[in-house]
Amino acid sequence: MTTTTVIVGASLAGINAARTLRLQGQLGPIVVVDADPERPYDRPPLSKQILTGEWEPEKILLPAGKEDLNLDFRLGTRAKAVDLASRQIILEGPTGATETSSFDSLVIASGASARRLPETAGIAGVHVVRTLADSMALRAELDAGPSRVVVIGAGFIGAEVASSCRKRGLDVTLVEALPLPLERILGAEMGQVCAQVHIENGTDLRLGTGVLQIETSSVDGVERVRAVALSDGTVVEAEVVVVGIGVTVNTQWLEGSGIVLDDGVVCDNTLLAAPGVVAAGDIARYPSARFGRTLRVEHWETAIAGGEAAARRLLAEASGEMPAVFDPIPWFWSDQYDRKIQLAGRPMPTDECRIVHGTTAEFRFVALYGDGERLTGVLGMNRPRHVVQLRALFDEGVTFAEACERAAAL
Amino acid sequence: MRIVVDFDLCESNAVCMGIAPEIFEVRDDDFLYVLDENPPESMRAKMEESVQRCPKQAISIAED
Repeated sequence: MTTTTVIVGASLAGINAARTLRLQGQLGPIVVVDADPERPYDRPPLSKQILTGEWEPEKILLPAGKEDLNLDFRLGTRAKAVDLASRQIILEGPTGATETSSFDSLVIASGASARRLPETAGIAGVHVVRTLADSMALRAELDAGPSRVVVIGAGFIGAEVASSCRKRGLDVTLVEALPLPLERILGAEMGQVCAQVHIENGTDLRLGTGVLQIETSSVDGVERVRAVALSDGTVVEAEVVVVGIGVTVNTQWLEGSGIVLDDGVVCDNTLLAAPGVVAAGDIARYPSARFGRTLRVEHWETAIAGGEAAARRLLAEASGEMPAVFDPIPWFWSDQYDRKIQLAGRPMPTDECRIVHGTTAEFRFVALYGDGERLTGVLGMNRPRHVVQLRALFDEGVTFAEACERAAAL
Repeated sequence: MRIVVDFDLCESNAVCMGIAPEIFEVRDDDFLYVLDENPPESMRAKMEESVQRCPKQAISIAED
């Protein structure tokens, strides 16, 4: 009996699930569906090398998407609904026509979409950065040399977009509603350091500032952004606005299917969401024994590892083997200006943060986070060697105090 | 098997060093050094993982 697998999502998690299934010997059809019409591509460069113009889109195609894995790609195709009892999924193709496809197993890797500001739909000059089309549209406007770009949201995407605009020599205003950037991820002390990196690089940073209104003007019948009115009472004139205020998970097609949803697809600790159904990537919410809570991780590496693990979970189910527990150490990097920020682990913003190498004044340091007992995070700024070495401490189960000693000895 | 790193692409995220520190080393100058360009066949799985996990697709394996 051959198994048919449908994978919804052809980005990092989905394509790695497909690759793993095929390399591990699945012979039956593997259908890979994605609403994005582009061949599978890598997203981190979208806010960096693609935006600065250093790289062309061809360079970010995912290698697995180019391998001969005998995958049935349905690009520009959206999953609309799924019926688990009859093992059928409804797909809407590029022309709007729908078809019903049968499957034995399903991989949910439909990811997330960029959140947008309300009442800005259709305003020219207002952008998000999530897809290749988004990034290329923004790049075209940056090529035109706007006098100022306003970036709303100083999270990782916003920070990288601001950095890319500065690299192009553009004036940038970066607006953040919270008192410090990245405070909810890195805590106040490190948030302050990240704020300083923006200021040192000439970005006009407005903290604790909300957006009141996008002001527009009509040019040749097209409504176009003219300025952004901020809660600090100022109005910043800008021809281009980039909104980087997070994402919402693409779970609409799963509503009413019986799959449990809670800001993501609720999985067990092996990424199984229902019999024969697994989830991976930005959309998967799984219980982490390592961090004592459920996690939904939007990191590049977790998408690869999750895609592979989800595929292995399906294969284990089919063969009756013991499934492996999925609980990797989250790790990501963010390149902002000439700084590389890397975080391993998942600290709470209130955790203790201790500098163990370098100084924040030189923007080259390593900091460890601890919850009073355990190590919860390793943060590096331009210290990749230390981050990767200290990341290994998570698996050794050392205390925070021991971790600090070991770090000092490196 | 020979390990080939495209140093124009490499930006020293050090993921490869986490997978195979006996082959890849990022030093304090933040540059990657390949300690053994011809790793033994027993390292193949780790080398393939390093290729897959490189955020910059900077590592490849050449068969000589």
